[in-house]
Amino acid sequence: MTDKKSGTIPLTDLSRHFAEVVPALKPKEAIDEANRCLYCYDAPCIKACPTGIDIPSFIQKIATGNLYGSAKTIMDANPVGASCSRVCPTSELCEGACVLNGEAASQPIMIGRLQRHATDWAITNRVSLFTAPPETEKINNKVAIIGAGPAGLSAARELACLGHEVTVYEAKPKGGGLNTYGIVSFRLPQEIPLWEVEQVESLGVQFRYGVRVGEDITAQELIDTYDSVVLAVGMSSVPMLGIPGEELDGVLDAIAFVEDTKTKPLSDALLGKTVAVIGAGNTAIDAATCSKRLGAAQVQMLYRRTDKEMTAYDFEYEFAKQDGVEFRWLVAPKRIIGENGRVIAIELTRMELGEPDHKGRKSPVPIPGSEYTIPVDYVIKAIGQKRHTQLLEAFDIAHHHGIPVLSENSYRTSHPKVFAAGDFIFGGGKTDAMVVDAAQQGKRVAHEIHAVTSKKER
Amino acid sequence: MADLRINLAGITSPNPFWLASAPPTNSGYQVQRAFEAGWGGAVWKTLGDPIMNVSSRYAALHLGSQRVLGLNNIELITDRPLEVNLREIEETKKRFPNHTIIGSLMMEPNREKWHELVKATEAAGVDGLELNFGCPHGMAERGMGSAVGQQPDMVRQQTEWVKEVAQTPVIVKLTPNITDIRFTARAARQGGADAVSMINTINSLIGVDLDAWLPIPHVDGKGAHGGYCGPAVKPIALNMVAECARDPLVGIPISGIGGISTWKDAVEFLLMGASGVQVCTAAMHHGFRIVEDMIDGLNNYLDQKGIASVQDIVGKAVHTYSDWGNLNLNYKVAARVNEEICINCNKCYIACEDTSHQSIDLVTSTLSGKTVPVVREDDCVGCNLCSIVCPVEGAITMVEIPTDEASLTWNQRQAKN
Ligand SMILES: Cc1cc2nc3c(=O)[nH]c(=O)nc-3n(C[C@H](O)[C@H](O)[C@H](O)COP(=O)(O)OP(=O)(O)OC[C@H]3O[C@@H](n4cnc5c(N)ncnc54)[C@H](O)[C@@H]3O)c2cc1C
Ligand SMILES: Cc1cc2nc3c(=O)[nH]c(=O)nc-3n(C[C@H](O)[C@H](O)[C@H](O)COP(=O)(O)O)c2cc1C
Repeated sequence: MTDKKSGTIPLTDLSRHFAEVVPALKPKEAIDEANRCLYCYDAPCIKACPTGIDIPSFIQKIATGNLYGSAKTIMDANPVGASCSRVCPTSELCEGACVLNGEAASQPIMIGRLQRHATDWAITNRVSLFTAPPETEKINNKVAIIGAGPAGLSAARELACLGHEVTVYEAKPKGGGLNTYGIVSFRLPQEIPLWEVEQVESLGVQFRYGVRVGEDITAQELIDTYDSVVLAVGMSSVPMLGIPGEELDGVLDAIAFVEDTKTKPLSDALLGKTVAVIGAGNTAIDAATCSKRLGAAQVQMLYRRTDKEMTAYDFEYEFAKQDGVEFRWLVAPKRIIGENGRVIAIELTRMELGEPDHKGRKSPVPIPGSEYTIPVDYVIKAIGQKRHTQLLEAFDIAHHHGIPVLSENSYRTSHPKVFAAGDFIFGGGKTDAMVVDAAQQGKRVAHEIHAVTSKKER
Repeated sequence: MADLRINLAGITSPNPFWLASAPPTNSGYQVQRAFEAGWGGAVWKTLGDPIMNVSSRYAALHLGSQRVLGLNNIELITDRPLEVNLREIEETKKRFPNHTIIGSLMMEPNREKWHELVKATEAAGVDGLELNFGCPHGMAERGMGSAVGQQPDMVRQQTEWVKEVAQTPVIVKLTPNITDIRFTARAARQGGADAVSMINTINSLIGVDLDAWLPIPHVDGKGAHGGYCGPAVKPIALNMVAECARDPLVGIPISGIGGISTWKDAVEFLLMGASGVQVCTAAMHHGFRIVEDMIDGLNNYLDQKGIASVQDIVGKAVHTYSDWGNLNLNYKVAARVNEEICINCNKCYIACEDTSHQSIDLVTSTLSGKTVPVVREDDCVGCNLCSIVCPVEGAITMVEIPTDEASLTWNQRQAKN
């Protein structure tokens, strides 16, 4: 993609830059790779997968030509397994645990790409992998799920298979959450999460698109109508930086910026422009690579710590560097400077690392008098996401800084009818939130609701 | 969900996948684990008079990165007392009444002793018996196993003895170490067998240690031929099953054994006339869990073909298997290279040039400018060798070349003259 000499992406056709970067395995590659899998017993890759996919089994099924069974094994354990095959940090999860990483071995099995091979087969052949139980085995329990992202879809799929009556409320016109709207197309094309949504729809789950809970329908109405409610609303927009100049034209929210590239015709506004991205998590990386692919002349990522503390993975860092993204460590924005209401520059302060914070990451401290200014046309904010605090309050749920308080070993909130999963309950960590965790939590919420219901019926 | 139940000579089973009589079916503990994993049946490790085993027993053929293409063993029948085995059979049958347990038996050529063993085994509650006339080492020297299976008269005789007292269906397990397996299969039928199973292991020596100059494996400096099994023997087993299936003089159900590792292998055996299959090496290589994909794959295959029951495919390809003399001499296929996916390894060229009929030219392509193999269809004899050595799926296809000539077989041609 990148021009080796200039480090920039050739500008012949923007839309080409947004086609999926990682190629599908060719049929022979897939068979060869599947046959290379040792089919370990009690395999470490299974334990390293938050959704516990039986990886050796789905790979064995590829090797024996049972692709339907392979796709089913994957999707059964992970209702968003097609998306995960593309966006999971596999080198940190399944592939990182593969026994073939060892000194005496060769290369780990390409689990992610094999998973994609099997799920692509299911997508291309338009097979339906799951069926809802017959009417006679339906459970008299109505569940409302708020949010059709990975967590919500996963809970909905699982509950529908268990025979519950499920309605999903989704503010956006389509399902899939950040998989559909937030993760850049060149890593995850929209048709993948939309197929996953279809799989859930085909189980008879009702989807109410374009309905924002708290605005279009009240929390109370849902509590009154349903036996259980699952909050799987993810996180919200990027917060304010809290520095002067934020209101200027050309200051963008990274999530909205990426969403535009997935929902609107690609814009040429960034052609030849200079872009500063603030932050260094996976959202920041996506925003920076997107900017490059939209034709920006220079993209700089500004981070107040160093590469060691950033939450983006090494492979993401490498990918961004290959796209020609530049990294500036130990700098923090002080103010955004404008002219005629538009951004023209950003003033930065140099930082140094002080004492570790409560998560063990060294805290950045400004170096007095180190300010300097760089000219920029756009500033993209990617410093995390805000919380859906209003919604928490609408449901009258106990929370801690916008993160719902859950009962121990459970996904139940302080409201007996209300459960929560996914990014909505993500409390931070060494890495960013992951789709695969959201999927697993969705499943667990479903089983928790099922357990409660069965008790109730007894 | 297709119906996977089978009925083999009156023996029913929840699915066609049985463990063959071998170490995986040594004990109640193992067979119960196997049933939990999904196996439909198990043929217990062969029961008989107590034996002594040697240490250092197995060896395998690995090829490139592919391990256990073939497995060789010099182990004998069960090394546990008969009473213990029978008690465990009884317990296992009680826990899994719907699963199939077959008692595999071996006995010296003595009618009374056979009677005793049959009665004792049936009393433990087995669903059927399998007579091991196949073990090629150790027992054969004592007049048992393949020593019986190589003599049609002895097969008939001992089957008769068993049938005199047996209450359950009797399967006779045949050795492949014989010129034409149909003769012993027919003998089994004449002796009253309800079914035959095949194959037991094939005489083999896996290798020789290049430094020690010893056979692999060796027992204190000496080796002896063992029995060969695993994926490598599948084509031999499949042919024997098909030959018996199409022989009206055999005419009894077949339990297919030999190299079955996947649901696809199983489907092939079923199409060629086996009513069910038995597996040993694949389980020894990967554990009982492999049955999960065998069942799932078979079920999906049947569902995708819209076939309701696995029994509907049994023997469906047998009528297509015949003698060479019945093949159409005027039928012609020729190789065709797909230049677009050819990777130019030239393996087809050299195979044809050196070892077949010199029908491939290396030609500079007008399309790509690269040198590509081009088949002279008129000279191609349709041997398939080029497509066999080709590493790229679909790069060489064998296409039918229509001819004006009517079908003519060797037998028809001879009859005319
Ligand atoms: C740019 C970016 C890149 C990422 N890259 C990766 C990656 O490579 N790998 C990875 O594993 N993870 C990645 N993530 C994280 C991942 O996308 C999330 O962890 C995951 O989507 C969380 O799923 P969720 O269902 O909890 O929330 P979401 O996906 O956010 O879904 C929540 C849904 O709820 C809806 N909603 C919100 N409020 C309401 C309301 N009031 N009423 C109705 N509906 C509502 C939203 O519209 C949305 O559809 C990335 C995130 C971002 C932003
Ligand atoms: C170690 C070993 C021991 C065996 N012991 C017996 C036996 O006791 N009785 C018997 O009938 N067959 C025995 N067999 C043969 C198997 O039952 C089976 O016929 C053969 O292995 C072919 O099947 P496979 O290719 O699936 O392994 C044995 C095979 C092996 C590998």
